[in-house]
Amino acid sequence: MHRRLFLQGVSGALAAPVFFSGRSFGAERAPLTFGLPQGDYDTAELASLPGKRQLIQLTTRPPNFETPVSAFATPVTANDMFFVRYHLAGIPQRIDVQQWKLDVGGEGAATPFQANFADLQRNFAQVEVAAVLQCAGNRRGLSNPHVPGVQWGLGAMGNAVWRGPRLKDVLAKAGLKPGVIEIVVDGADGPVLAGTPDFVKSIPLAKAMDDNTIIALQMNGEPLPYFNGFPARLIVPGWTGTYWMKHLTSIQAVNKPFDGFWMKGAYRIPTGLFPTVQRFATQENEMNTPVTEMVVNSLIVSPAEGTRARRGETVNVAGVAWDGGYGIRSVAVSVDNGATWREANLGTDSGRFAFRPWNYRFTADAAGTRTILAKASNRLGETQTDALIFNPAGYHNNVVRPTTIVVA
Amino acid sequence: MKTTGLLAISATLAVSPAMAAERPVALKDAPGRMAVENYCGACHSLDYIRINSPFMNRQTWTAEVSKMINAFGAPIPQTDAAAIIDYLSVNYGDK
Repeated sequence: MHRRLFLQGVSGALAAPVFFSGRSFGAERAPLTFGLPQGDYDTAELASLPGKRQLIQLTTRPPNFETPVSAFATPVTANDMFFVRYHLAGIPQRIDVQQWKLDVGGEGAATPFQANFADLQRNFAQVEVAAVLQCAGNRRGLSNPHVPGVQWGLGAMGNAVWRGPRLKDVLAKAGLKPGVIEIVVDGADGPVLAGTPDFVKSIPLAKAMDDNTIIALQMNGEPLPYFNGFPARLIVPGWTGTYWMKHLTSIQAVNKPFDGFWMKGAYRIPTGLFPTVQRFATQENEMNTPVTEMVVNSLIVSPAEGTRARRGETVNVAGVAWDGGYGIRSVAVSVDNGATWREANLGTDSGRFAFRPWNYRFTADAAGTRTILAKASNRLGETQTDALIFNPAGYHNNVVRPTTIVVA
Repeated sequence: MKTTGLLAISATLAVSPAMAAERPVALKDAPGRMAVENYCGACHSLDYIRINSPFMNRQTWTAEVSKMINAFGAPIPQTDAAAIIDYLSVNYGDK
């Protein structure tokens, strides 16, 4: 089953019949992994948004584009290769940074104020944090059974160096009063219809006051790409991308749990199903709870799926690992489909929120197919799972994933 | 004066990119297609339907259309909603 999908999806060796093709004329087949819904293979194509190189286009309005796996060969993801994810199609056509304003206030703020871009740059210490931004639904398309939603493969994630003021410093200027429990954030993008709930999120006060939670004005030393939240977005290291509000316009301190649709009706997982240290207590109920910190995970970047190696050749297995901000302790690699495991070499440590590169070399000494596995563990001792922990929205997929190569 | 330099860069970028031209998404020609194009396509591109296939069935497509109406406020009259569910189940479902 894997093999069939793999061939159709990646190599094109068994090209789907012409009448199945939904790709634009002349568009390139997207490099997708195996195991996705057939509709992904029939529809996805390589395409460019303004300011981006070619990414894997899954949907156009709103735009949802994932990063090809090959772009993770470097642990910092290039801005013009960084994935794009929107929920609602009411995206401003342009944002003039000179006119842009951020409202900071709410019932829990004694001294609400409005800041412009220059205020945020000049009036607050600028700090940098290297952190993985990953959609909670990254790998949703690999759920078994499949579940509705954007059918992401492996690339709804990236790692960047973010720079800007700490959220806690900005909140301090607003004079937080006792009783504040959540910070509510909104961005300039919104719904098409008046009746559709705007994309608004909240984070617990403790996460808002974390030294690493910042308002990014720069990404990898450049202004934020338009489709990654220009001119400012919230950075919530360790937590899934749903909280990293793009095109930030409003920060409100509140005394009650925020009850918007995107908190109460979306981005939730069954309570207790996943190991989670940083929970969102004021949003939790007996049945379900907000998805918060990322689970430990890894990706084999090379060799690419289906690579052909010569017998006797040294193969460098390389990739990245990440977790919810506790740091990667080890990555185990198997080149015999799990029969034996070896420790990979860990590369440069850019901080506990960043991609940790790793590699492992072996000699392809026998002809035939080789199934390579990688399994990351973090400093809490958490490890990737061997079997899917199914949940209805397809979040937190960190199943150990095979990469098969052919030695001849 | 580094700050000023950064501001200049940002201001230039502010003349932001026009939205990408939307690729045409051909849905299967069958009864109900027009309702799908009009109602679903009002808020999102129709590639959403294609990528969510063919694993959906009548029950899951019904839940999805109900979510669009009840949670997202899509103004779809009942008869059209039934036609949309029929179309999606038959053409983009696992039957």
